Amino acid sequence: MIVVEHLSKDFGPKRAVNDVSFTVQKGEILGFLGPNGAGKSTTMRMLTGFIPPTVGRVTIGGFDVAEDPISAKRLIGYLPESAPCYSDMTVHGFLNFAAEIRGIHGAKREQAIRTAVGLCFLEGVLHQSVDTLSKGYRHRTCLAQAIIHDPEVLILDEPTDGLDPNQKHEIRLLLKRFGQNKAIIFSTHILEEVDAVCSRAIIIDRGRVVANGTPAELRARHKLAGSVALKTHGVAAESIKARLTTLGVVGKVETEATGSQVFVRVFPRDKTVNSELAKAVAQLAAREGWSFEDLRTEEGRLDEVFRSITLPDTVKPSE
Amino acid sequence: MNESLRNILTVGKRELSGYFNSPVAYVFIVIFLALNGFFTFMLGNLLERGEANLDAFLMWHPWLYLFLVPAAGMRLWSEERRVGTLELLLTMPIAAWEAIVGKFLACWIFIALALGLTFPVIFTVGYLGHPDYGTILTGYLGSFLLAGTYLSVTVMTSALTRNQVISFILSVVVCFLLIFAGWQPVTGLLVQWAPEWLVNIVSSLSVMPHFNTFTHGVIDLRAFTFFGSVITFCLFANSVILRGLRGA
Ligand SMILES: Nc1ncnc2c1ncn2[C@@H]1O[C@H](COP(=O)(O)OP(=O)(O)OP(=O)(O)O)[C@@H](O)[C@H]1O
Ligand SMILES: [Mg+2]
Repeated sequence: MIVVEHLSKDFGPKRAVNDVSFTVQKGEILGFLGPNGAGKSTTMRMLTGFIPPTVGRVTIGGFDVAEDPISAKRLIGYLPESAPCYSDMTVHGFLNFAAEIRGIHGAKREQAIRTAVGLCFLEGVLHQSVDTLSKGYRHRTCLAQAIIHDPEVLILDEPTDGLDPNQKHEIRLLLKRFGQNKAIIFSTHILEEVDAVCSRAIIIDRGRVVANGTPAELRARHKLAGSVALKTHGVAAESIKARLTTLGVVGKVETEATGSQVFVRVFPRDKTVNSELAKAVAQLAAREGWSFEDLRTEEGRLDEVFRSITLPDTVKPSE
Repeated sequence: MNESLRNILTVGKRELSGYFNSPVAYVFIVIFLALNGFFTFMLGNLLERGEANLDAFLMWHPWLYLFLVPAAGMRLWSEERRVGTLELLLTMPIAAWEAIVGKFLACWIFIALALGLTFPVIFTVGYLGHPDYGTILTGYLGSFLLAGTYLSVTVMTSALTRNQVISFILSVVVCFLLIFAGWQPVTGLLVQWAPEWLVNIVSSLSVMPHFNTFTHGVIDLRAFTFFGSVITFCLFANSVILRGLRGA
């Protein structure tokens, strides 16, 4: 649905987006991550045809955004970063305008407005002036505008920004539901959202794509990902280490003793995240008669991965 | 219905409703009428003159519009830029020129409405004597076209900035130049150093002679062409500015 090829954007001498390529299929929800100023919004503005790319091509549903912008834009619902709305209108008036300009007429229009209002929980403020709405409601009004024509492609720049926890939850559910038959790109700074909603995530840093994968794949890039941690009592650290390394699946073993308690971290030989290692370690511990607690497989933490690949001048984890 | 026409209508309707949803429209109309009344009756001495024509009324319009039209139109693009709705509007499935024309027409209609509300002045001159209603009609038409010409400048300059005040000032300055281009002291100054063809071009840019043909009851094709060209040029320049904004 969305094909982005070698997209770059220069602002004067500054390259804000640098050779970004990716595709999003129908049924996919792509999370767009990156530190402030990474170029997320700039990329989205190019996808929606608001600003032309310096280099590169975007096609939406087969329409080239540069060559046939109107056809491409018809397929897109877009929530810009600041969620701008016409403040001199009521919520209903604003949505009516959005529906009209999307070519929805007659009885269908009122129907479309009602659906969007329901999905974004705007019933209570339908006839209030946009001017007087709270930030969260304004955000939802702009979101309603983006989904009013039931678009095949949704491009949402920080859709949950400024919403209360309940609304964040509702919007995530909405995205998931839409994700079944639309192509969705949304940017966020909330990493739990990636796990909760995305089928795939892209991390972009200083204009470049630095990671592209499923949330699980991204988490697996964590340096502790796949390792098994446990605490034991009354066994010497050295003997634990010696016994563990006899297991075929075990790579490196780290131990840390405090009093009679030993904290053990076991890394897999080949870096995969699965339960095999934990099972092997638990069986060994049972055979040896070690008393242990808190045995768990580290899945890797997205925030750590995010930090390690986007912080400047840090040692990048080996891949 | 034609797609472009429909888009223009949609944008225009939104813009017009924007005027009337805020006090701006009513304040503007009241000031417009009050100023017209003041200039026509107090400074133009319409009643004392006792002439059954609209000269005392229309003669002020180039000057009144110099401030009123930029005031009405200064927000058209600058507000969209300030609030960020520009991004919304230009990512809708419409062409930029449709948005430009829609906005321009909406504001023009709004000003025309205010102009229409000055109709009591027609009764006044009717009471004073036997006016030539044809001349009155062409006078109003000229005034309408003049307002549209200024407005096209305002729409264009409002795209240059996100600040309404700057937008207003820019627009007043450019419109002022449009009046003064044909004014004797200005052309006199130019004559001293510029070649004659340049002087002619500059003085032909003035709105005054064209406006005056209308107030004298003449419908001159050249005047139409002049107003039409300025409007077309400014709206085209507007689209270039918008493209520049997005490209920068
Ligand atoms: N119109 C512009 N002119 C000049 N520079 C710009 C412009 N728009 C964006 N930039 C620059 O491009 C870079 C990327 O900005 P962008 O808004 O895309 O970041 P972002 O990833 O969306 O950040 P955030 O998380 O803060 O929203 C920034 O350095 C920004 O200063
Ligand atoms: Mg952003």
